Amino acid sequence: MNDVLDNLDVFLRGFRTTVSLTLLAAIGALILGTLIAAMRVSPVPPLRWAGATYVRLVRNTPLTVVFFLVVFGLPEVDVKLSFFRFALLALTVYTAAFVAEAVRSGINSVPAGQAEASRSIGMTFSQTLRLVVLPQAFANIVPPLASVFIALLKNTSIASAFFIFEGIQAMNQLIQKFGDSVLPIIAATAVGYLVLALLSAFLFGLLERAVSAGR
Amino acid sequence: MSTPTAATPSPLVVLSSVNKHFGALHVLKDVDLTVDRGEVVVVLGPSGSGKSTLCRTINRLETIDSGTITIDGRPVPAEGKELAQLRAKVGMVFQSFNLFAHKTALENVLLGPVKVKGIKRGAAETRGRELLTRVGIAAQADKDPAQLSGGQQQRVAIARALAMDPMVMLFDEPTSALDPEMINEVLDVMTSLAKSGMTMIVVTHEMGFARRAADRVVFMDEGRIVEQAEPEKFFTAPESARTQDFLSKILTH
Ligand SMILES: Nc1ncnc2c1ncn2[C@@H]1O[C@H](COP(=O)(O)OP(=O)(O)OP(=O)(O)O)[C@@H](O)[C@H]1O
Ligand SMILES: [Mg+2]
Repeated sequence: MNDVLDNLDVFLRGFRTTVSLTLLAAIGALILGTLIAAMRVSPVPPLRWAGATYVRLVRNTPLTVVFFLVVFGLPEVDVKLSFFRFALLALTVYTAAFVAEAVRSGINSVPAGQAEASRSIGMTFSQTLRLVVLPQAFANIVPPLASVFIALLKNTSIASAFFIFEGIQAMNQLIQKFGDSVLPIIAATAVGYLVLALLSAFLFGLLERAVSAGR
Repeated sequence: MSTPTAATPSPLVVLSSVNKHFGALHVLKDVDLTVDRGEVVVVLGPSGSGKSTLCRTINRLETIDSGTITIDGRPVPAEGKELAQLRAKVGMVFQSFNLFAHKTALENVLLGPVKVKGIKRGAAETRGRELLTRVGIAAQADKDPAQLSGGQQQRVAIARALAMDPMVMLFDEPTSALDPEMINEVLDVMTSLAKSGMTMIVVTHEMGFARRAADRVVFMDEGRIVEQAEPEKFFTAPESARTQDFLSKILTH
């Protein structure tokens, strides 16, 4: 137990990286995922096909494989980034597929007549999406998005295998050093993830209430 | 700009040899239809005859398989900016109103002028309130669609379309989803619109409106235009057996 308390700074350092990976990948995935969802509902068949293919490919690939592809594949084509950025890229690319699904199902929950009315007054596809459909879809997007981002939080642990010092690496390092305190160290790590997950769930809960109150 | 008169009809909406399939179902069969500026055309026909589809092909909410549709002399463009610009000039009123559910009545009317035409909000709002007054719902301007009756919602939808200063208005069964006591308030707005010279294509089963406001009645059956005539002749001396059959069914109801 003392070994845990004495080394809180190691945990903090690790979990700080966990949090920044999660937040940055969440932002990236939100942008990329929304674009992909827009492609999937666009009037241009090749775009729809590309969006659907992206989602199908990524959702059926283990995250670890995505990491391998990014970390070892990209340098092959002369893309050289820090490991942190590689990890961020892998997490963003992977999570975007799940965000896209959440956004798309939200879009589909808005009656088709809304988009038809919007197009019939001359709004372009992107205006229709931004001004009419997405604002109404938002309330239906937030709940599934919460689970996507909590999964992302846990998925950042894969980065530990790719030279990133985050929550799991902090745990590893301490276990190497303090072999007698393995269980407390693992428990403390679990608590770290739990706290972050509960915090995310709480924040999303607030957002959900704000969104439904605004209707 | 020339001012068209009744003596020199000038075609505004022209469909020629339009064909449309839904999968194996042939829903529009070689449809030819010309609607002149200022003309009010009522489209009648049994359920499933293709009336809605006809209406929706005109602003390309449905694509067509062959044939051409021109509006104001220009072919309806394919998907993209140009199509959006054309749609801005073709008003459409739906059976189910389709007011933007997250916007007030006034905002429904303003969205097009502000976002599509780029009109300043202040000016758009003055005009928007005028239009809401014209359709008789100025007092409801700040209510959400869900707080309005069906008849009120449909009148807002008409104001929303009018706010774009359309060349032509399409109505697809605008009163079919309304309780009987609200039908007339919507038909009255449409009748005065017709009187004001608006070009209108109206799918409706309201024979009273057709007699009162239409210049021409078009009868569709199984994807074809079977007969067209001015209302008086259409209702009193229909030529085809199908028309007679259809009229005998709906007029006895
Ligand atoms: N999106 C669609 N996909 C497949 N079939 C369709 C679609 N829309 C319409 N149809 C079919 O096309 C035919 C014509 O439909 P349409 O809605 O144009 O008829 P309508 O004359 O407007 O009928 P109603 O009076 O019932 O509104 C019908 O058989 C209908 O089932
Ligand atoms: Mg119909």
